[in-house]
Amino acid sequence: MTHDETELGGVSRRGALECMLWAGSAVVWTVSGGVPSSISLAKAATLAEQKPFSFLQLSDSHVGFDKPANPDALGTLREAVARIKSLPTQPSFFIHTGDITHLSKDSQFDDADQVLKELNAPIFYVPGEHDIVDEEPGKAYLARYGKGTKGAGWRSFDENGVHFIGCVNVVDLKAGGLGNLGEAQLAWLADDLRGLSSSTPIVVFAHIPLWTVYPEWGWGTQDSAQALELLKRFGSVTVLNGHIHQVMQKVEGAVTFHTARSTAFPQPAPGTAPSPGPMKTPPGALRTYLGVTELNFVRGGEPLAIVDSALAS
Amino acid sequence: MPQTFMTAKRRSLFPFLLAAALVSPLPAGAAAVSVKIDNFTFNPPELTIAPGDTVTWTNGDDIPHTVVGVDKSFKSKPLDSDDKFSFTFKEPGQYDYFCSIHPHMTGKIIVRTP
Repeated sequence: MTHDETELGGVSRRGALECMLWAGSAVVWTVSGGVPSSISLAKAATLAEQKPFSFLQLSDSHVGFDKPANPDALGTLREAVARIKSLPTQPSFFIHTGDITHLSKDSQFDDADQVLKELNAPIFYVPGEHDIVDEEPGKAYLARYGKGTKGAGWRSFDENGVHFIGCVNVVDLKAGGLGNLGEAQLAWLADDLRGLSSSTPIVVFAHIPLWTVYPEWGWGTQDSAQALELLKRFGSVTVLNGHIHQVMQKVEGAVTFHTARSTAFPQPAPGTAPSPGPMKTPPGALRTYLGVTELNFVRGGEPLAIVDSALAS
Repeated sequence: MPQTFMTAKRRSLFPFLLAAALVSPLPAGAAAVSVKIDNFTFNPPELTIAPGDTVTWTNGDDIPHTVVGVDKSFKSKPLDSDDKFSFTFKEPGQYDYFCSIHPHMTGKIIVRTP
């Protein structure tokens, strides 16, 4: 079976994949839209408090990874940081959607922190499953990034009229299951959203996709429907994830789902390889598969713009 | 003289070893069996062994995996590429296990007296 046949077969078997956009070796692509016109009804209320600003998503740095797919994951993280610093407008802050390290080792967290502090702006983290494989799961992660968070590291904060929610869906995973938010976090989320006006733009970020991308590879969150139910009254919801090391997007009602590239190594498109293991790329092509995601909010209520930039063209 | 000493020792141990082999529920030769982790799969995914056998998992992937009993009776550290984890199953029963990093990876060890 050829690569293409496998991919098409996978898509035809699963209608849910139909409206996803696949990132091939495209260098930069921009998505404007994905936020429905209903936002314009609610816009007036939040317009006054919204200033143009941008933030940037980093994901899946896997510091410590040194296998053939990328022998120097710390080096490519360093390149990503250098590219960000060369942007004409610096983001107000950063989010990192997990798998900062490959094996939760102190030395790996140290190396990551050393490179990321060059960004000179706040970084809001959520853990990936690779960040909590220490002896006492999550202890090292929370010691570094847990300040101001609850439970396994979830949190919310407000910036320029936008409500941000960092969720943790990599803890207490069950055999045969997917990502997991858990009852305690869902109760916290319900409470966190309770006081908010439905016109408040919401950005949710978590490591594993909060929509079912490909359950055969564990790419989904088993109780994400409960979280999305709590979010459905809001006019603009943007959900940002990592974990799958490739750009993928889906729009469902007022919710835009988007995954970011890794700064370490790519993974295959769902069903196109025997496993989701690190994908070896042709010589010289690695950096076209790695990158970061910039998100722009523009005054006047223009739709949230999502720009994925690769490390090389 | 050393020869005499060894013979004496062997003689004195022999009845004890014979008794142990007869009384012990463990089979005379506990086996070592292996499970290979490749492409996010435990191979073989299901394995039947005898009490006292030792299973060794080896990670052949370029990504770390763990081996964790659903009943928490055994748990490996994260296994990087080519790392191994061994566990001796003494009690008969069915042991479901999974990779706590990639929980869609599951396997089963059945321990049964032959």
